[in-house]
Amino acid sequence: MELTPEEQAILGGGRGEAARRALEYQVEVGKFWGARRFVPVTNVHMMGDIEVMGDAGLAYLKQQAGSGARCAVGTTTNARCMDFAHCERLGQDLGEAKKEKELIATLRHMDVVTTDTCINYQTVYQPHLGEHVAWGDTGTVIYANSVFGARSNFEAGPAALAAALTGRTPEYGFHLSEYRRGSFTVDLKAELKDLADWGAVGKLVGESHQNYYAVPVFHGYHRTPGADELKHLGAALASYGSMGMFHFVGVTPEAPSIEVAMGGVLPFEKIVIADPDIQSVYKNYKLGDGDARLVVFSGPQQSLFEMKHLAGLFSGRKIKAGSTCIVTTNSAVLAQSRDLGYAKALEEAGVTILEGVCFYILQNLSPMRVANRWTNMVSNSAKIVNIIGAHRFNTILRRTADCVEIACSGVLK
Amino acid sequence: MISMTVLRAYGPVVEGEAVVSGEGFSPRYDLDRWTGMITKPGHQLEGTSIVDKICFFPTAKGGIAAGWAFYDIKWKKIAPKAFVFGVTNPVMVQGAIFAGIPITEGWSPHPREVVKTGDWVLVDPARKTIEVLKRRS
Repeated sequence: MELTPEEQAILGGGRGEAARRALEYQVEVGKFWGARRFVPVTNVHMMGDIEVMGDAGLAYLKQQAGSGARCAVGTTTNARCMDFAHCERLGQDLGEAKKEKELIATLRHMDVVTTDTCINYQTVYQPHLGEHVAWGDTGTVIYANSVFGARSNFEAGPAALAAALTGRTPEYGFHLSEYRRGSFTVDLKAELKDLADWGAVGKLVGESHQNYYAVPVFHGYHRTPGADELKHLGAALASYGSMGMFHFVGVTPEAPSIEVAMGGVLPFEKIVIADPDIQSVYKNYKLGDGDARLVVFSGPQQSLFEMKHLAGLFSGRKIKAGSTCIVTTNSAVLAQSRDLGYAKALEEAGVTILEGVCFYILQNLSPMRVANRWTNMVSNSAKIVNIIGAHRFNTILRRTADCVEIACSGVLK
Repeated sequence: MISMTVLRAYGPVVEGEAVVSGEGFSPRYDLDRWTGMITKPGHQLEGTSIVDKICFFPTAKGGIAAGWAFYDIKWKKIAPKAFVFGVTNPVMVQGAIFAGIPITEGWSPHPREVVKTGDWVLVDPARKTIEVLKRRS
């Protein structure tokens, strides 16, 4: 890789041992992908909690902090594995909670802003067209690339942390214009009335095109989609297809037309998604052994408007005795939801609101599932029904109002 | 004898028993990170251990959290010896390099033509080659 004098100085230890180690690692990653150079980044979003990092990751983090690690650019954290107000009741390990607190303190010592959210793009930082960032959580990356026209690859925790310390990232993938061109088109003829329908589109398109560099170009939709709809679409594309970018003609900034989004190349493959395709997605989710006593609204965390919608649906109702309904969001949205009465409506219905976490990375989730005899998990998030498999849940995707009905009746329809 | 060439590669030379999957992989979605077994219900390799194996996967699935997961399983001594991907994504590469686990992407020919689960294979990232040293008896 071509290194600037500043980068050579970092490798020479000019900005301390932690930055030197970080850049050395980034050079190896850059070499793998054939990156010619580094690009400066303005913002970093990293995943780092005790559930994903384990003791090994925590030890590494403490070693880096001890070597003088400090963020060179604004850096935020993704959703984590514990809401300390609830961890004892959820049966989470208190020893791990102690480590999680230690981990958070270490991150703060390094100047990381611990926002604990996977919806930073809705609540914390909105990069502009062409802005290079280094974000982690696939849903944040695909939103940054697609909706903002910013430029980021998937940056795993260690890679995002390295970018935070050096203020740069190797230039490959979505930092380069040639990788941002559309690969195929998707004619969206379906109605898509619910957020789960948008996730179903992401599942259909992602599952059949599992490739980081596949960039679908959506077109033909009958109205302008909202931020939460694009969020569920992107999260599902990233989850099922490992995709980092999409275009939406007339909606996203690099897609004024199909031609421009495709980079002047005629689409080789054209897909059509209509209402029967969406219906078939729901039909393929069946109740496994046991009952539908767990309903989750998480993965991604709920926006303020999702909280408002849920509060309306749950208002005056009660979660079925023996059932559990969990909603996750970030501290900013929760504070506003308390002010606006949405949290009260949900809690009066018996909903558990967890702050700063995502359900699927909850510490101790597998034993929690066994202890609660949860076999099925119902959600309106296509992403979370995909990613929770290793914890051996049978998962079921349903529309938002149907999820609320299942939570209140205990019966899957 | 060289059995396969790969497009991109990182890490030292390693050899070990091959596990060949027709389905993609994520250490978060599919793997029990305490035993090293594939546990996702319905995964083609459900019930298979990847500990100390050379793992062939056609694709990578989702997941930023995979980046720390590789380091975590290496620390727990339940990591594979190498990952050989048809198509991968940056997270897998960033995670594997961080953990010091050899990783490759892009293959020719397709492993289903030259290697089977149980074969003993050698991965040479510097030469971008994979050799089958011994067939499963």
